[in-house]
Amino acid sequence: MITLMQKFIRSIFGDFFGKRKNLKIGLYGSPNGGKTTLANKICIDWLGEEMGSVSSVAHETREIQIKEQVTIKSKGKELSFNLVDTPGIATKIDYEDFIKVGMKENEAKNRAKEATKGVIDAIKWLDDMDVVVIVLDATKDPYTQVNITIVGNLQARDIPVLLVANKIDLKKADIKMIQSAFPQYDVVGISAKYGNNIEEFYESLFKISK
Amino acid sequence: MLTLQFMPFDEIERLSSDKRVSKLLEIVKENKILLLEGRLKKEEEAELIKRTMETIDDDFKGIEIGVIYPKDKDVDFLNKIRENMINFLLGDRRGFTVMGPATIVKEIKQDPNKIQLFTTPNFPK
Repeated sequence: MITLMQKFIRSIFGDFFGKRKNLKIGLYGSPNGGKTTLANKICIDWLGEEMGSVSSVAHETREIQIKEQVTIKSKGKELSFNLVDTPGIATKIDYEDFIKVGMKENEAKNRAKEATKGVIDAIKWLDDMDVVVIVLDATKDPYTQVNITIVGNLQARDIPVLLVANKIDLKKADIKMIQSAFPQYDVVGISAKYGNNIEEFYESLFKISK
Repeated sequence: MLTLQFMPFDEIERLSSDKRVSKLLEIVKENKILLLEGRLKKEEEAELIKRTMETIDDDFKGIEIGVIYPKDKDVDFLNKIRENMINFLLGDRRGFTVMGPATIVKEIKQDPNKIQLFTTPNFPK
């Protein structure tokens, strides 16, 4: 309730007293959905530089990363925002999974510890977001409790949401499955890695950030 | 042996959100699968994930959780408001929440009407 009131006051008086504070757009989702790949695609397209490292091993992003003053343009319109890439949200983290992909025990335990902190930070940051893009792996079942919890918490905070079905370059990708799991939201299918349909994504970002 | 513990919503109804989350986590950490009548609030679900992350160590690897929730029936506007108000004040008793430790429950697959629970092949006894 307090968050809603803060948003209302900000929307009235923020514009009244002058320039609105920088819009914060957050990338959220489960690990390995492609959040950082999408963040990199946005940053390369509009700033000419990458945002963070990507890996096939889960929990590569373990800290909140912010790229300030990203400005995208489309059809004569301009949108400036701070892009916030968040660690993947999970309900379990097992250091032994990292050992299985070749890490030493100490390194694996350290990664797991950092990953748990990352999840906590990602959840704490939800309150600070103005718009959230939920990045889902379109080859996986979207109807998980983590996804439902993220969507539900954003709904409760009245934060606009755009669903991205990522990895549509893969055969197993199924955008319809995501649409039927979350029929209340627009879903844009993209490949962040190869840039497929990225223009439609930027258009949707304009619409949702109005 | 696998222990399934049922918890009626009455047992958490009067607890604060903080204590609700603690109580559920306590049971799961005893290597039990918990079947809770109803569901937590959205904010409590997020808090449950946060607290789970704070608790993870070499032995406790986290949780798996799923919720069966009936689809909203076509009720009139006033009944909908009444229902939402009751849920807000007293909690949501509709549906069921299933949760278990990740060392025992490998995966929970769910849709609004069905839950499938897959156990790990060699869960600790």
